[in-house]
Amino acid sequence: MNRSPYITDAPTVSMIMLKVLLALVPGIFAYTWVYGGGILVTLSLTTITALTLEAALLKIRQRPVKPYLMDLSAVVTAWLLALALPPLAPWWLAVVGTFFAIVIAKQLYGGLGYNPFNPAMVGYAVLLISFPIIMTKWPAPLILAETKLGFMDQLQFILGNVLPDNVKFDAVTSATPLDYLKTQLMLKHEVTAITQAPIFGMFGAKGGEVVTGAYLLGGLYLIQQRIISWRLPTAFLGALATISLAFYAIDPAHFANPLFHLMSGASMLCAFFIITDPVSGPTTPKGKLYFAAGVGVLTYVIRVYGGYPDGIAFAVLLMNMCVPLIDAHTQPRVFGHKTSGHS
Amino acid sequence: MNSIIQFTSRLMRRNSAQAGFHPFHGGVHPEGHKQESTAHPIAKLAIPDELTLPLRQHVGHIPKVKVRVGDHVLKGQMLAEAEGNVSAAIHAPTSGTITAIGEKLIPHPSGLPDMCITLTPDGKDTWCPLNSIDWRNTPKTELVSSLRTSGIVGLGGATFPTHIKLRPDGKSHIHTLVINAAECEPYITCDDMLMRERAEEIVKGIEIVQYLLAAEQCFIGIEDNKPEATVAMQTASKALAGTTVKVVPTLYPSGDARHLIKLLLGTEIPHDKRSTDVGIQVFNVATVLAIYRYFTFGEPAISRIVTMTGSVASPQNFEVLFGTPLQSLIQAAGGAQSGTASFIMGGPMMGFDLPSIDVPITKAANCIIAAIPDMFPPAPPAMPCIRCTRCADACPVNLQPQELYWFSKSDNFEKARDYSLFDCIECGCCTYVCPSNIPLVQYYRYAKSEIIAADRAKEAADLARERNEFRLARIEREKLERAQKHAERAAAGKAEGSKTEASKTETPKAEAVTNAGAIKSEVDKPANAPATDDAKKAAIAAAVERAKALKAAAQAETQKQSAQDTPATAEPQNSVDKQAKKDKQAMIAAAIERAKAQKLAAAQAGQVPKNTEAVSPAIQAEINEIEALRAKAKALTDAKEQE
Repeated sequence: MNRSPYITDAPTVSMIMLKVLLALVPGIFAYTWVYGGGILVTLSLTTITALTLEAALLKIRQRPVKPYLMDLSAVVTAWLLALALPPLAPWWLAVVGTFFAIVIAKQLYGGLGYNPFNPAMVGYAVLLISFPIIMTKWPAPLILAETKLGFMDQLQFILGNVLPDNVKFDAVTSATPLDYLKTQLMLKHEVTAITQAPIFGMFGAKGGEVVTGAYLLGGLYLIQQRIISWRLPTAFLGALATISLAFYAIDPAHFANPLFHLMSGASMLCAFFIITDPVSGPTTPKGKLYFAAGVGVLTYVIRVYGGYPDGIAFAVLLMNMCVPLIDAHTQPRVFGHKTSGHS
Repeated sequence: MNSIIQFTSRLMRRNSAQAGFHPFHGGVHPEGHKQESTAHPIAKLAIPDELTLPLRQHVGHIPKVKVRVGDHVLKGQMLAEAEGNVSAAIHAPTSGTITAIGEKLIPHPSGLPDMCITLTPDGKDTWCPLNSIDWRNTPKTELVSSLRTSGIVGLGGATFPTHIKLRPDGKSHIHTLVINAAECEPYITCDDMLMRERAEEIVKGIEIVQYLLAAEQCFIGIEDNKPEATVAMQTASKALAGTTVKVVPTLYPSGDARHLIKLLLGTEIPHDKRSTDVGIQVFNVATVLAIYRYFTFGEPAISRIVTMTGSVASPQNFEVLFGTPLQSLIQAAGGAQSGTASFIMGGPMMGFDLPSIDVPITKAANCIIAAIPDMFPPAPPAMPCIRCTRCADACPVNLQPQELYWFSKSDNFEKARDYSLFDCIECGCCTYVCPSNIPLVQYYRYAKSEIIAADRAKEAADLARERNEFRLARIEREKLERAQKHAERAAAGKAEGSKTEASKTETPKAEAVTNAGAIKSEVDKPANAPATDDAKKAAIAAAVERAKALKAAAQAETQKQSAQDTPATAEPQNSVDKQAKKDKQAMIAAAIERAKAQKLAAAQAGQVPKNTEAVSPAIQAEINEIEALRAKAKALTDAKEQE
């Protein structure tokens, strides 16, 4: 019997997922600081829901439950979905989103390793299409909010839709910069004037850019740990920067500058945590560049011309569809072969 | 420690252009575990009580046994002779008696027994007369054919007969000789120790090989984890012109010949070619040493250096006679630690479990690792592939192992082949880095064997189909040939018929006799020349033409002879026996009468005359067959004529 190699030097799948979760921690800290502790409630909700549904589905599909729960992939999906949802999203929104992510997008396709679409983005897209109003209503960062909600207030609101007396929900919400920019541009205002609004920070959203920066930090850690390939974030951010720079250079009055696009919305989360999902992404080195650049360009197009303020989820899902094609056409040159691609 | 090595190695790779080597894609850095077995010098293992020499110790044909049970043989005497092109001889490692020739367990992954010669040493260790060869003053062809009797094979583990690699193929000139001293697999140190201790002899071997190949330059590739060996080789090779020691970074699998060539020369051997096609030949250090000893002392291949390491009391390198039972080697290394559960032959990346400690040490055995279960724990249950592509990053051939896995697992073998499955060198890097613990290499081995089996089955089926098609074609051809004959005869018969009309005597008899008597021999007659349908048609047409001409001639003839009637009782053919002759004569008489009547009727109805009434059932059957053939032949000739 030939069972070589006898040795292995690989982190387990659980280890990889654990490092991804670890890399999200700075972002979660920043998030809590900017929007309050409500996110911890949402994170708990999605995590518990994800693990419960995953366990139930594994049971139904007659798969071993423990090893698959221990791989932590469901937790990563849950966290990414929670971080993509608006803060203070009601509990059922988190549950419904997680259901679609875990049950429909992942387990029904065959579980870990078999899902063609990014589960967190499927969950997010379903929610965005089904509940557009709730999904686009973001609370103002605490530093800007007229009324600051404490952790218990946020908890009550998430779980029971109850706000403290004399506080209306509108008082705690504000448009996100991407949303505000879009509506103001439609009202024929110019970018320079629009970005004077208090919700704009140094690069992107006031407060939000801190969270974005924290994601960047976590992402760099993942590259250093060789958990993710540098190609994906580089190509995504590069494509997004290039296309926004091109438009900005032509007409700065109606197009935001590249830095704004890089630091707004879910750009950084996408660059380091969403498109880096190995299962639904491409496998070849070149393919990774094409895929990520495609997401970058689509994100920009949806942001500027689409019906939604941010386009990450749709861009990712659209590019997920192209993965088999990208892989098939970007096969690297095999050692000793003249041309790349298979014979 | 390992991470430091990895880091420095990565740094070295980055600066590789300056360092003078050309990096390849991928590779892994398993822990070396080499220092365990390099603490002591190479020791010579005592002659064991019994030597078991498998006939299959090399790549190629099994050698032909030259001894019989009971024969007394001397050390170095040839026991089995190389047979066929790719084969290697087997020699007696010591003097003694042949006690058995039969199946025994051999060190092979299959764990199956194979033919072995068993030699019981007499303890005298008497050499047979040895002839050294003055290689400088002997024609190269003689040297190479002499090597054929040396039993030397590649000692790096590939065990390819060495004389083949030194034989000029007349096609390509070898300009570069590469000496493989990378020894990239963990645990193995036999080449390292050999270089430390016998560098001078190795270099002398290099000189011979370089001379034989007429190679202008020689590179000795050594991984940077063997500084002592590097120094020894550098010192020893100083005097040898055109020979350079090149240090390559420690990166598995740098010892793979194609990868070593890439590292040293920057040349990528095309996947469908051999290194010799681009003028490069690779030899392992131990092999060139064996070549040196063969030419200088006449010593054939009877021993090798084996690393005995792992969970033994004192890991060490030993010079071991081929055929020595593994058990003796283990004892020499101080015995296996308690709990030792398995013995691996080769390294931990590409080696395999030995079926028993009774198996002999063979020419391929570079290293034996005794293993307690903790050393190489079985991989945890495999998880699904998450397409993380760590395997693709590690693959030295730049394959996409995750795709190959997918195709192999789903038995999509064509696709696997399409994605260059057969370029996989089974180095194990992909499995080594897989976070899902998928035994990828096993999947590739499985897919490869399935594809090879399917190809063989297809070849066999193709051959069978071809044979069957040929058979059917032959039957068809024979049928047509018969038809042709009959068409010819029918035409001739017609001519005879008209002759009869004129003479009204002999012809019907003659026709009946030839038809009835000749059919048997026609049916059994083997066809001798294949012909296409067109050719057959043409032949038939020609035959018909000939028959027509004959008929015309016969008509002319009969008209001339119309006055003279030939006797009715002409001699029938000799082939027909007497009884048949009598029967036929009676039949003929009747037939003549019938023919007369028929002719009359036919003349009235405008029909072709027939003489087939009132015959025996056997003849009737034959006649029916002939009629069918005639009809077919007629159809064919008609068709031909219409064309």
